[in-house]
Amino acid sequence: MKQGNLSDNVLMRIVARWNMPFILIFALYTQTHGELGPGGGFQAGVMIAAAFILYGLVFGADEMRRIVPRWVSDGIAALGVLIYAGAGMYCMLMGYEFLDYAALYPSNPGGAEPWGMTTVEYGVGLTVSAVMLTVYNEITEGTGPGSAEPRDSNNDTEVVGKV
Amino acid sequence: MEWVHKHLPALIIMVPLCMGLVTAIIGRRGAGWYMAMGTTAATIAMAIQLLVNVLNTPGQSITYMHGNWPAPFGIAYVIDPLNAAILVIVALIAAIVTMYARKSVASEISVGKLHFFYGLWLFCITGLLGITITGDAFNLYVLLEISSLSTYTLVALGKDRNRRALTAAINYLVLGTIGACFYLAGIAYLYMATGSLNIADIAARMQDIYATWGTDSPQYQKTVIAGFALMAVGLSLKLALFPLHGWLPNAYTYAPSAVSALLASTATKVGAYAFIRVIFTLMGVDFAYHLLRTDVALLISSAAAILFGSFIAFRQTNVKKLLAYSSIGQVGYITMGFALGSVTGLTASVIHLFNHALTKGGMFLALGVVAYRVGNTKLQSLAGLGRKLPFTMGAFTAGGLGLIGVPLTAGFVSKWYLVSACLEAGRYELAGIVLVGSLIALLYTWKVVEVIYFGKRADDAAPMREAPLTMLVPTLLLIGGSLYFGIDSSLSAHIAETAARFVLGGTP
Repeated sequence: MKQGNLSDNVLMRIVARWNMPFILIFALYTQTHGELGPGGGFQAGVMIAAAFILYGLVFGADEMRRIVPRWVSDGIAALGVLIYAGAGMYCMLMGYEFLDYAALYPSNPGGAEPWGMTTVEYGVGLTVSAVMLTVYNEITEGTGPGSAEPRDSNNDTEVVGKV
Repeated sequence: MEWVHKHLPALIIMVPLCMGLVTAIIGRRGAGWYMAMGTTAATIAMAIQLLVNVLNTPGQSITYMHGNWPAPFGIAYVIDPLNAAILVIVALIAAIVTMYARKSVASEISVGKLHFFYGLWLFCITGLLGITITGDAFNLYVLLEISSLSTYTLVALGKDRNRRALTAAINYLVLGTIGACFYLAGIAYLYMATGSLNIADIAARMQDIYATWGTDSPQYQKTVIAGFALMAVGLSLKLALFPLHGWLPNAYTYAPSAVSALLASTATKVGAYAFIRVIFTLMGVDFAYHLLRTDVALLISSAAAILFGSFIAFRQTNVKKLLAYSSIGQVGYITMGFALGSVTGLTASVIHLFNHALTKGGMFLALGVVAYRVGNTKLQSLAGLGRKLPFTMGAFTAGGLGLIGVPLTAGFVSKWYLVSACLEAGRYELAGIVLVGSLIALLYTWKVVEVIYFGKRADDAAPMREAPLTMLVPTLLLIGGSLYFGIDSSLSAHIAETAARFVLGGTP
């Protein structure tokens, strides 16, 4: 069966489309509740990416790239790390050590820790989700139904031979 | 200014890291280079300031605690004379090579990838500086991976010029990852024995463990030995010590010219620094050299590296590969120095780290000019270039003299210290090997120099001009530096000796 055909199947289409909001909400829950329960930025990021990858699996990777273009995922990957580093830099600018979250709430240093960690976790979440999408993009690049060199039949050996 | 001084240890890592990210997003087309250049210029200023601060601090050590968590709990950056000196070497080479990179990289990498290239370039520098500055054994692993992962990609970017860069990068990736995993496993064993990841804290707790070894109930004996063995093998892979050098020649040969120069003059040096740190600070000389006799294994490997590396270099017909094999030999000199375990030996190591970084970096830059003007670095392509590229080829020749160790070059100073250290330890055979290694270096340098000056350029060859200034000036700066520190070595020798004395502490 060819890859693009999954979207012809009603069941697949509906399941993929209507699972996305639940996956995304659960990801947000994991992200925001990270400091109180199991979870955090890393898990949430993977889940957000999973929602989009599910969409890509059913409707085709090119369709997913139309929704989240490469430059967006590349930018988000860097932005997440910048949020993390920026939180540290902010503490430094306020006269504390790098990543000393007491800077966020000087009157109550203990209460500032969750704030700092949550900020950092959002950065982690963004980067992880964007990097997961990048990995998926790299794997699927040029394998979609519309791409120049379809991957079925014996073409594979020929491509290798050319290189 | 007070603020900057206080936060220098964190800033020297965070500035290149953040700028690397920004460059990867917005550094398209020409902008990437300007951002990389500005960042590396700031980095060298910070590194020099840190070195000055450390030498002026009583006790010669600065500690920076991330998040204000005290040392064994949080990640601490510890700067002492040894790693401050290495920081300056890495930052200096990075700044000079970045200056050179603009035209060289533009001619070797497609314009659509330039922002990624300079982003990774800054990550690589971040990782190398981080390995050097950190005082936490696990943090060292993380930064090792940052620098290694970006290096694999940088090597693979040489594919536009030669597809073999891809296999070289994969080979490097597999071996580099094995090395990093060995190091990580070693850290895990030490954590099992000591319950700590901070280098100073592990070292202190290790003393209690050693104290039990003479008694009836020795603690963690096998754990510690296994941990050290894993770390030693992992780091040897990273610094390309002979039998574990397999990844180096192809990675250096097929990487873009600027990347080869950066790697050859910093990556293996930082690996050697990490090894010195593990042996002298983490485990202690008594354990590593007197109990386990690691020094014997290291000396054998070093001697083999010097002879083998130099000899294989002599047989190469691609000059870039010749320099890569010569680097394997030069790593042998560095490890031989600290394997002797004396102040003079360690001084020789540190000074050779610096001198070889200048010399080999400069030679790779000169060769990059050949790649830029001719298109490849095969030996016969250099024929008669002495007239066409007088300054570049003059710099290459001066660098070659440095590899041999001719007086008035930096190579002479390091070999002088190394031979003195060998004689001081009564190891005449090692001094002999150093001299034989120099003799082979004379042969492989002459092999290239002969072609450059005596070879005849093909009559139908296209006319050629001297290198563009932005490439020529960095080349001459590095080679000029290697000549300067060969004539007046008081500064480099003073810093190296301070560093060696600090690391060896009270031991003579």
